[in-house]
Amino acid sequence: MREVYLDNSATTKVLDRVAQTMYDVMTKYYGNPSSLHRKGIEAEKLIRKAREIIAQALGVKPGEIYFTSGGTESNNLAIKGAAYSMRRLGNHLITTAIEHPSVLDTFKQLEKEGFCVTYLSADGEGFVDTGALQKALRPDTILVSIMYVNNEVGSIQPIEEAAACIHQNKNTLFHVDAVQAFGKIPLVPGLKGIDMLSISGHKIYGPKGIGALFVKEKVRINPLFNGGGQEQNIRSGTENMPGIVGLGTAVEEAFENLSSWRKIMRDLKKRLKDRILQEIPDTVLNGPDTDMNGSGSSSDTINEAPHILNISFLGTRGEILLHTLESHGIYVSTGSACSSHKEGRSHVLSAMGKSPEEIDGAIRFSLSPFLSMEDIDYTVEVLKKEVAEIRKFVRR
Amino acid sequence: MENLYLISFGEIALKGENRPFFERILIQKIKQALRNFENIRVQKTHGRIYCLVDGPREEVIDRLKKVFGIVAISPAHECELNMDSIKATALSVMKETDYRGKTFKVETRRPNKSFPLKSPDVSREVGAHLLTNLEGLKVDVHHPDIEVEVEIRERGFVYCERIPGPGGLPLGCNGRAVLLLSGGIDSPVAGYMMMKRGVEIEPVYFHSFPFTSDRAREKVIDLCKVLAEYSGRMRLHVVNFTDVLKELGEKGPDELLTILMRRMMVRISQEIAARVGAKALITGESVGQVASQTMEALIATNEVAKMPVFRPVIGFDKVEIMDLAKKIGTYDISIEPYADCCTVFVPEHPKTRPELEGVHEAEEKFDIEELTKTGLRDVEVIEVV
Repeated sequence: MREVYLDNSATTKVLDRVAQTMYDVMTKYYGNPSSLHRKGIEAEKLIRKAREIIAQALGVKPGEIYFTSGGTESNNLAIKGAAYSMRRLGNHLITTAIEHPSVLDTFKQLEKEGFCVTYLSADGEGFVDTGALQKALRPDTILVSIMYVNNEVGSIQPIEEAAACIHQNKNTLFHVDAVQAFGKIPLVPGLKGIDMLSISGHKIYGPKGIGALFVKEKVRINPLFNGGGQEQNIRSGTENMPGIVGLGTAVEEAFENLSSWRKIMRDLKKRLKDRILQEIPDTVLNGPDTDMNGSGSSSDTINEAPHILNISFLGTRGEILLHTLESHGIYVSTGSACSSHKEGRSHVLSAMGKSPEEIDGAIRFSLSPFLSMEDIDYTVEVLKKEVAEIRKFVRR
Repeated sequence: MENLYLISFGEIALKGENRPFFERILIQKIKQALRNFENIRVQKTHGRIYCLVDGPREEVIDRLKKVFGIVAISPAHECELNMDSIKATALSVMKETDYRGKTFKVETRRPNKSFPLKSPDVSREVGAHLLTNLEGLKVDVHHPDIEVEVEIRERGFVYCERIPGPGGLPLGCNGRAVLLLSGGIDSPVAGYMMMKRGVEIEPVYFHSFPFTSDRAREKVIDLCKVLAEYSGRMRLHVVNFTDVLKELGEKGPDELLTILMRRMMVRISQEIAARVGAKALITGESVGQVASQTMEALIATNEVAKMPVFRPVIGFDKVEIMDLAKKIGTYDISIEPYADCCTVFVPEHPKTRPELEGVHEAEEKFDIEELTKTGLRDVEVIEVV
């Protein structure tokens, strides 16, 4: 059976080259970078190399990159670390209603601890309005956190404008969760106007359990953990050597191929989107609705990620469709758990004002450059058949 | 280090002619439960089973607590057949328990009549020895907190703890039944209750991928693992129910769908029961709990049953069932959020009082025999240990 993995925003397959490097690190260069002997120095060099690769990819200094256990930790470290260290300057925080839970729940916790939080809403296509951000900013705002690319619908947020807005406030730090953007789209050159930015390894064909946080040179944040003082005291704990080297290798690959991979994914996405919307009745696009011209010209106005497509199949249930596709070797994710309960429903689609039926029938397809047009066409054919089949049973 | 356990069984002792049969099964089950330990010796005497095992006490007791038929387990100490040894052993047994501020009495049994002292005399001497050597202990022969038991057989035994076992009857002494196991809270409890009465169970689970996920199937396997701790093994039958469900969903009237589904489940389960030599079905139905468990719905489901359908939790409140589930260890698994049958097939307004006539009419659209065969076409048997 053909296997079509369309769940690359959940996680990705590690590239062979990445896995090989990690194997070598685990078996040959297994020293602790803190050790004084040769084995330690060897390991330290490998970390430095990985740090340089990532810094170069982001257009920042190596000393501004801190390794963490992944996106969740990077987000927690940035938000809590900044909020606690800036507390004497103000008590107001801003984020959006469509963030990943690792951001949203962190803000909810800070709210319980007495911070005042403003949640910016999103429009029907999943965009946050910078006008609303401008209005929400106060003299005592110490932190704003906005995601770069929404993980469910693929909207690219106006990060540059947001940075310009926030920059008017001297005491306001700007954190960006770039887990779904890094390695997929070009980021703001030199991360201008961004104080902190989170990235993760396993979304870009690297290993799980490794991520990084960019923290601008003069920004001071409090660490989450106490310990041996690694990563300039910001993130204690013996360095995850295979993870760090694997992440470095994955970043190298992603940035060498950024524009070609992006073009491949754009074309795949366009084909998948157009065919589904045209050939399957009662389907609704969730997310940015820009008509991408398939010529691959990277116009600056494009505000949708090349790898995420979210579509509702009305009169079906996402979870049933997911399992049906699974039996054909196609792997996707849903906008919500199969339940009539509100809790299971996607907070992103809810914030975008989608109807319960649209939310219950939502499927997220997330692409990789390693898929072919045949994979896409096979998926569409299966969808055409199975969506009709499921609609026979689901009472509307 | 060998430890000795005295095992008392309750109800079995009341059996007449058949008592040896029950005792034999119980001994076999005890040996099975302890099969992972070294040097097991199980002996039966009058109204008691002696069990000598090499193994950590806690683990042995945990195993024995899951053997149906056992009413109590008493970790015992052995001693020489002379008063000094009996007294010293009684003292060390007492020191292992929390005796301060408690009342006690000594009870002696002397099946070995060659021992010179009579039972009451032994009790008196041992009691006096304990009183003089322990602080804060009082005698109360009517309602003692602690009963020190001395048994004088070919050797002496002293014990005072009685750890409750699960009670009931040894598994397998009352035949075999098929349990309709969903991923819910009630059906595993129903299975447990019948196992406690000595009935071996063969669970059947109706899997309807893609309407339910494979995680739901894993969940049911996990439930079987918990139940298997009481039986040593379990054969789970996973029925591929999807095609039956689709057929019913396509042609059946919405409001009767649940009833039609349940009737098909009974028919399919019965066929499986025949295959495995089971003589009854078990369900976790509790009257009035949901629309498909009203009196009328139960009548409609029951109509297709050709063998008895046991519903041990029929008169239980949900909370009572939940408490039992927590006690036997299935609750936390049952509440994992994988629906056993997706809400897709649950109509907005199911008929709570289906009339048989309407049900029969609805079933005329189907070739029931064929549909039953469809359900039996793809049954996976999983050995759960």
